[in-house]
Amino acid sequence: MDALLMGNYGPYVWSCFALTLIVIVFSEWRSRVRHSRVYRDIEVRIKALEERQ
Amino acid sequence: MWKFFHKLASPPHFYRLAATLIPWFAVPGLVFIGYGAYAGLFVVSPDYQQGDAFRIIYVHVPSAYLSMMAYVMMAVGGGIGLIWRLKLAHAVGAAAAPLGAAFTFLALVTGSIWGRPMWGTWWEWGDPRLTSELILLFLYFGYMALRSSIDDTAKADKASAVLALVGVVNVVIVHFSVEWWSSLHQGQTVFKKGTMDADMRIPLFAMLIGFTLLFGAMLARRIRTEVLFRERRTRWVREMILSPEGDK
Repeated sequence: MDALLMGNYGPYVWSCFALTLIVIVFSEWRSRVRHSRVYRDIEVRIKALEERQ
Repeated sequence: MWKFFHKLASPPHFYRLAATLIPWFAVPGLVFIGYGAYAGLFVVSPDYQQGDAFRIIYVHVPSAYLSMMAYVMMAVGGGIGLIWRLKLAHAVGAAAAPLGAAFTFLALVTGSIWGRPMWGTWWEWGDPRLTSELILLFLYFGYMALRSSIDDTAKADKASAVLALVGVVNVVIVHFSVEWWSSLHQGQTVFKKGTMDADMRIPLFAMLIGFTLLFGAMLARRIRTEVLFRERRTRWVREMILSPEGDK
């Protein structure tokens, strides 16, 4: 419990670590979503062109 | 040597190389962060002045350092792109901006949270380090807004590269602000001898290395997306997508 409370500084310390984790995970998730969206858009366009030919 | 750089700057080569490098950066990065966070939170003794609140430095310092490094990368990428007309250099700048903004945001917020119990205030407008770091965040926003407001990629590259080069002056101001002016923010401690105990310093270095490696992996993924989007009408992208391996 002492490790969590950190002499009343716990909320400050834990919120900083939690926020850092959230921002990094969110940023990486956004990046993966954008990559698959870009890839899928190109894939759809290229396959449509191939079918037309 | 030049042959190596020439090959590295080739979009298809970099696209494949980045995919290989991502796990080599991400996995050791997470190991370093895991050790640094564990030691910083549970092993290191509290500071004799700041108590346990000092543990915030284990996320604040790496975020602040990456906030500046990402901007320098943008400026260097912009400069190389303008001088040598390397498309990949502009892609690096475009990919680094959102990450730089994220780490600048983290540096500002974690610094503010640390400031509340230590300085008795969340924010101090007169402080040069805080204000210049906030300007850095606005520069990132400006860079990204400028890029998205111009449809022509080549024009967006040039305009944003100029902004990145001009704005890099602010990075110098952020770095030296604690030495040039009187500041609430403490001076340089991490690389100065005798300012920090080794027990506290080792997890901090682990966090710095871990954050840098993780940043490298995240940046590589974003550059891949940027390259893929820019090269969407090229033959190599068409061949890659039609191949059974696809994006592997």
